[in-house]
This record gives sequence, structure tokens and C-alpha cells, in this order.
Amino acid sequence: MRLPPGVSSADFADAIKQFQDAVGKEWVFTSDEDVDLYRDSYSPFWHEDEEPIPSAAVAPDGVEQVQAVVKIANKYKIPLWTISTGKNLGYGGSAPLLGSSVVLDLKRMDRILEVNDKNHYALVEPGVSYFDLYRYIQDNNLKVWIDPADPGWGSLIGNAVDRGGGRTPMRDHFDAHCGMEVVLPNGEVMRTGMGALPGSKTWQQYRYGFGPYVNGMFSQSNLGIVTKMGFWLFPEPEAYLTGTVSVPKRDDLGPLVAGLAYLMNSSIVLGTTSVASPLNFLRGDAELAALRAKPGGPSTQELEHYLQEKNMGYWSIELPFYGPAKVVAAQWEYAKEKFSGIEGATFKEGTLHRFPVDPKELPQFQNSVAVGIPSLSVFGVGGTRSEGHVWFSPIVPMTGEAVLEAQQVFADAYKEMGMSIGPLFFLGPASNYPRCFLVLFGFPIEHDVEKNKKNRENFKRLIKVAAEHGWGEYRTHTAFMETVMDTYSFNNHALRRFHETVKDALDPNGILSPGKCGIWPKSMRKASA
Amino acid sequence: MKNARVGLLLALSLMITAPAFAAPDQDQIEKGHKVYDKWCFPCHGTGLGKPGTDSLAARGQKPAVLEERTDLTVPAIKTFVRHGVLFMPMFRKTEVSDADLDAIAAYLTRNNKP
Repeated sequence: MRLPPGVSSADFADAIKQFQDAVGKEWVFTSDEDVDLYRDSYSPFWHEDEEPIPSAAVAPDGVEQVQAVVKIANKYKIPLWTISTGKNLGYGGSAPLLGSSVVLDLKRMDRILEVNDKNHYALVEPGVSYFDLYRYIQDNNLKVWIDPADPGWGSLIGNAVDRGGGRTPMRDHFDAHCGMEVVLPNGEVMRTGMGALPGSKTWQQYRYGFGPYVNGMFSQSNLGIVTKMGFWLFPEPEAYLTGTVSVPKRDDLGPLVAGLAYLMNSSIVLGTTSVASPLNFLRGDAELAALRAKPGGPSTQELEHYLQEKNMGYWSIELPFYGPAKVVAAQWEYAKEKFSGIEGATFKEGTLHRFPVDPKELPQFQNSVAVGIPSLSVFGVGGTRSEGHVWFSPIVPMTGEAVLEAQQVFADAYKEMGMSIGPLFFLGPASNYPRCFLVLFGFPIEHDVEKNKKNRENFKRLIKVAAEHGWGEYRTHTAFMETVMDTYSFNNHALRRFHETVKDALDPNGILSPGKCGIWPKSMRKASA
Repeated sequence: MKNARVGLLLALSLMITAPAFAAPDQDQIEKGHKVYDKWCFPCHGTGLGKPGTDSLAARGQKPAVLEERTDLTVPAIKTFVRHGVLFMPMFRKTEVSDADLDAIAAYLTRNNKP
């Protein structure tokens, strides 16, 4: 059996016995066979000694059991790595950052405590997945939508505290939450916002409560274990309409994105869309390949002409509209008016879907998450023979100039590294978050040590290249958390030093998720330097 | 190490070609159907956006929809669930318990011919 760092075998044996007393013997996993199930299926360290494999896993079934586990971990100074549904694939899965940590697996805490379709909110535990909540809403005929992350087996809480995003108007998942229950590093339970008021009637309706608003400190952090969380839900809309705007020239990107920003910041478009170009999916076309093979590559005019001949725009954006049928039709009309100033702009109206959706319409949705129906279709992103991926995911400004700059900078960086940007492994720039673009680059994971080592080097290189241009990652795989946090270095890493000060005050034994987002407890800080 | 992965796939292929003959237990099959719908269908079902089905189809597995197969074996099913394959991750016992896995296996082998 592996031992957590600095813990003797006798102490670990005592701790395991106490974990068993706290949660039940069958919910403490120590055999290699069981513990191996907590490895990251998309680990960039496959078959390497560096792969962080846990020493054990403990799966409590309620907040009191979580408290008991935390108290035992404090007694023996055992690092706990918390997971919810453990399906954060591409960002670490169910594995810890620090090898031989004990995984605190909250999947059994899967109670849907309340769904209210009058004030439109839910209160759930960490083990509740998007699929679970969607089924509950359907079974109870409630008139609310969830906003799923792309992988429907993800946890509402886990995704939100990792600041994941979706596609509907509630797509910024952390922003959509209202109220938390947290087990602190000393084992005490705290409720935030109005939940701090005993008997509060508005825990899921008013976010802030009274005094400093602390909820952000429990996102992408290792300062507490979130055991309940409220979420605002979207009232089931009457209709969903998409409209696609295409523009003919490369230089039209500026006004196209400016129009999008105006519509989004004015709350006329409130869903995820992305800037697309047919040049991405036409990579296999012989005519385009011949153009690209020309010495010096094709000119912009040649590419524009090539697309014009195919009756395609250079860029396009599919705008999503949610609401009453009359309103979404008016919003689309307004959007067309807004973009009609771009010479040669064309408009294509999509199908109007009404809700509740006829089950016969469901197969029409390649990716149903845009209409609040969870799916796993995103796992096709790497192709049918993919062995997994990790996501490089910088945030760039929502301007055409920034998109073109990012395209050039990352293309140059990829070229320098001898890599190609495959069409299936480049998503975005997308508006999963307000006021900015998220760009996603999938790095393939393979069961090949040398390729993974090279990919890790390249990933770290991209983090640095992005930072040099003012673009930071919104989230990252555990393997790269330290590197990303290093780039958030304003004033000699004042932000990280602040996090460390808070960490040391709240978690003096350093038991909660050491190393998460580059934040180490004092006892391990030197080792990580 | 990559060879080990290929070896696993070959071993699983061999297991698939040796059908299991266990007598079906209707309660177990019904339970398995429910567990399958929750955990497996979103990736291995029918319709658009089912990457597990798409992957099996691309690799020449027929039929690509697992529920329609009559040649899966219990050991193969358990190995896939507990070890994963390609982009399918492994599943922990807090997600799919051993009892759930037995039920899934009963469901997916219900139509195997003796």
C-alpha cells in the first residue's frame, strides 16, 4: 500500500481504521484494484513514475461523515484530494495532484434536495450529475432548464467550483450559483450567503447575505469542501432559434465580433456561440490543399476567392436566442439589421424549436446541451480512436483583432513545436463566458511515454507564450496548475502569496488538496519551489 | 507499455468471440437495463452524439450499439468498465458498484446464444 507523504505505516493503518468507522468499511478503498479506479483515465503521465496515484479513497455519504473524515485527516496530517463525480476528464479526472493523497470521493452524496420551478433554482449535493438533475426535472414535470457542462456526467458542484461553462443563458456555472455549504479544513460546517441565517427563506435567492462575500474562495481552491450548493435555473423558454451570420472577407472579422459583443453585452444574445471558418473543416479539400502548398502559402484574396466560389463566407457565427417565439424572432431580425452594415453579409435562419421539445426532435440535436439536455457527445471531439485529451484553454479578448492575433501567435507556436492544429482539436473562440472568448486546444493523450513527455513540454510552452501576450488560462489540468499559477505573477506573485496566507491560516496542517491551482501548504511549499 | 495496451485490446477481442452461456435471470436483466440506461446509453446508445457507438462503428464492430450485441462476454464487459478503453474512462465503485456491474453484464449478455 502506498503511504501519504510523511505519514508512517502505523499511523496510516490507524487512520484507515478510523475512516472505516466513520463511513463504513465498504466505502474505504485500499486495494490496488480499487484504488487504481481513481487514476486519471486521461493522465498525461501514463506509465510514468510521476503519475499521481492515490494511496486510498474514502467515500462519505453525508456532511457529518465528511466532517469526521476531515478531523481524522487533521489528526494524522493526511492530504485529502476531493472529487465530486470524478469525471473532470481533461482537467485531472478523479486523480489527485499530489501522489499518495487520499481521495475524498463525494459521489455517494447525490441527493437533489430541492428544485423550485417558481423561483427557478435547485439545491444539490456534490455527487449529483447533470444527467441526474435533468432526469429528476423530467420525471417531476418541472418547467426549468439546467445548463449542462458538455460532459453530462459532470457534477453541478464540481464543475461550478472549477468554474466550468455551458451554453445556455446560465452558462457561467459559478456565476449561476447561489449559496454554499462548506466543510472547512478544521471540520466545521459553514453556510454562505443567506444560508448563514438560521431558518433563512432565501438561501437560493439572494447570493450575498451579510458581510464579506467569500464564495469565490471555494472555487478552484483548497480551502474547503463544498457539500451543498444552490443554482439558479433558467425557466423553460417557449422557443429556441438560431441564426447564422456569414461574412465574405478576412477583415470582416472585426465588425463581426464587434456586433456579437454588442448583442451579448446588451443581453440580446445570451448563449454560447463561436467564431467559425470553413477553412477549418475544409482542410482535407484538394483545392485548398493545393492553395496551401503554394510557395509562401495562399494570399488572403485567394482564400476569399476560393470560399466565394464555394458560396461560403470566410467567417460565420451562429447566434442562439432563447425566449418567447415572438421575442426570439424579433431578436434575430435586430441582429440581421446590426450586421447588415458588413458588405456581403449573409443570413441563414435555423429551425425554431418549441419547448417542451417533442422527443422526436431530440435526434436532430448533435449536441443537445445548447437546449439544456445533457449529453456525452463532446467525447467524440478527439476522433473515434482517441485515448483522451487535456485542454489548453486561454481566455482572449472578444475582438476580431485579438482573434486574429491569437490565431497567428498559436499557429507560430505550434509550428515552432513541430505540431499541427488539427481541425477537431481547436474549438472556439467561444463565448462560454460573458465579455470574452475562450479558446480550447485539445492535446491528445496517448499511452506513449515519449509522446506524452513532448506534449507536456509543448503545453507548458503554450502557457508561457499565451502569458507573454496577455492571455491566461481559465482552468487547467492538475499537471499544469503550478505553471499556470506562475503566470499570474503581478507584483511578485502577490495573488499567490495571498492565497498561501489564507491557506496557512485556515488549513495549518495542509490537508485539503495540496497543490491545487499552485497553492501549497506551508509544510510542502519549499518542495514545490 | 503501449504493447500492454494492445495486448489488453487483443485479449478483450478474444473474450468477445467466446460467448457466455449463463442462464439469464430476468430480475437481474431488468436491473441491468436500468443501470445501463443511466451509465452506458449516453455514450453507447442510438442516435446522434453517441461517441461510444461511433467509435465502435469506426472500428468495424457490428452491431456498434452494445445492446444489440449477442457476443459480449461477462469478463470483457467487466474489463471495459473497470479499465476503460481508448477515450472511455474507467468507472469507480462509487459510480458502478460490483452488483451494478453484474447486472449490466447480465443485461448485455441476455441475447447470447448458447
